[in-house]
Amino acid sequence: MAVQAPWRTPAPPGTAAPTRPRWTRRQVVEGWVFILPVVVGILAFQLVPVLVSVYASFTNWTGLSSPRFIGLGNYLRMPSDPLFVSTVVNTLYFSIGYIPLSIVIGLVLALLCHGKLRGMRVFRTAFFVPYVVNIVAVSLVWFWFYAPTQGVINGMLSTVGVQGPEWLTDPVWAMPAVILVSVWQGVGYPMIVLLGGLQGIPTSLVEAATIDGASPLRRLWSVTLPLLSPQLFFLTITQTIASFQIFGIIFVMTEGGPAGATTVYIYYLYQNAFAFGRMGYASALAMVLFAFIGLITFIQWRLQRRWVFYD
Amino acid sequence: MTAATTRVLRYAVMTVLALLFVLPLVWMISTSLKTEAQTLVVPPTFWPTDPQWANYVAVWSLIPQFLYNSVKLAVLNVVGLLFVASLAGYAFGRINFPGRDLAFALLLASAILPGIVYLLPQYLLFLDIGWIDTHYPLWVPRVLTPVIGTFLLRQSFRTIPQELEDAARLDGCSTFQIYWRVMLPQVKPALAAVGILTFLESWNDLFGPLIFLNSEHLQTLPVALALFQGEFFTQLNLLMAAATVSVVPVLVLFFAAQRYFIQGITMDGLKG
Repeated sequence: MAVQAPWRTPAPPGTAAPTRPRWTRRQVVEGWVFILPVVVGILAFQLVPVLVSVYASFTNWTGLSSPRFIGLGNYLRMPSDPLFVSTVVNTLYFSIGYIPLSIVIGLVLALLCHGKLRGMRVFRTAFFVPYVVNIVAVSLVWFWFYAPTQGVINGMLSTVGVQGPEWLTDPVWAMPAVILVSVWQGVGYPMIVLLGGLQGIPTSLVEAATIDGASPLRRLWSVTLPLLSPQLFFLTITQTIASFQIFGIIFVMTEGGPAGATTVYIYYLYQNAFAFGRMGYASALAMVLFAFIGLITFIQWRLQRRWVFYD
Repeated sequence: MTAATTRVLRYAVMTVLALLFVLPLVWMISTSLKTEAQTLVVPPTFWPTDPQWANYVAVWSLIPQFLYNSVKLAVLNVVGLLFVASLAGYAFGRINFPGRDLAFALLLASAILPGIVYLLPQYLLFLDIGWIDTHYPLWVPRVLTPVIGTFLLRQSFRTIPQELEDAARLDGCSTFQIYWRVMLPQVKPALAAVGILTFLESWNDLFGPLIFLNSEHLQTLPVALALFQGEFFTQLNLLMAAATVSVVPVLVLFFAAQRYFIQGITMDGLKG
């Protein structure tokens, strides 16, 4: 910085010039004025509400009555709440289906869509377009795809002589059906992220492996995947967090049914807050989810050293 | 296997997959053009024999208010967020002031909070100040907490050469003028990416309107669609026409600005 603050007397010859950063009055005022809306917004709409949520989780607040402090009551109640337990199980079921499927299929699509090929834009668009369509339209369409008799899926199955299940009204098939829709809609995101990663890999590395006689599968496993590991790591974290918060599809397609088979954690939280009038309990559920996401993210972060490769 | 057969095989696999991927959306559009009787045929036929454009006329009379609400909220969100995020992004990226790094750390930290944790207390706050059943909760909080947008714009502002700013300063521009006239035009691609992501978030939001609105005339297209599901349960053709109307603006935007959209997604969190 060539500009010297005018009030600062020049350092006497022979002494080191002061190195700590200096700010002009104008920079200070302008800097803070420019970021003021964001700072106010984050404090007012995120950080303060989180503190309120922590407090509310220790009360029996209904949303209407004034809250009464009940200590750990909400938290102690969870283990003996059969719905809490089953919604945790359902959410894990969804995650275990959704996370690997969306990443693996995303990887396959990214590999297919990588490289120069005529009409590639059309293919990429086809795989990606469900991602930008709103979840209600998606759910409505699939709701009718899954219809037992006049549905498209069972219609196609019947042409090859297979009697399809009653998808969304069958407790066994409802969750796989929801996972399938979610993967169909969400897979464009991992695909684009991995495609970005693939384009960053120097072609010389893959060519060198080819010359050394590595088979395509071997090249994928030993060259491409390690170089994609930062993207894969990013996706395992973001897809995990997203899968814990699935809501729209459940709300429109199954309403948590049949017989609670697709009642996931967020849907139960939503019901507690806005249908059952248990804001305090819902706040405690939100805290538990937050803690769980934090824990899972921390574990994934620790594990990354074993498999994520940065060049 | 020769290179040519690999190529043909790859095309074949990709074509089949691409058809499977767009099938539900094609079915949505084809069903929207069927007669009511034709939607009930078992097994289902795919193409409407006699396209019923009147279905769209029928749906159109039902949705103007919802469409207006969706458009209004999308405009407020996009314009407001771009302004707030670019101001902050410029300050974080190019002005040196005390507390800047701390404030930026606070911003990044808030990105890891799952929405549901602050949604419930936000509901209480809005209940207190009388914002429930108004549109404010659907744009004010989003516009004032543009975490990813600020981050992306900051990265973009940092790449602009200092000489440009110095020259404008010598010409007597104020900092706001520099930001508005000199710097903003330089980061148009990042603005486009953030704007498109914001539009999508606002246009496709289901949870927000569901929680914060009660009156039907304030609802947005996604909630209206969910309401229609109960109303027109048997009139699948009308339901699908309404779904198509809610999807078309997004598809048009996506085709027009695909590059920025994908750029916005890939920049999101991956580049330091």
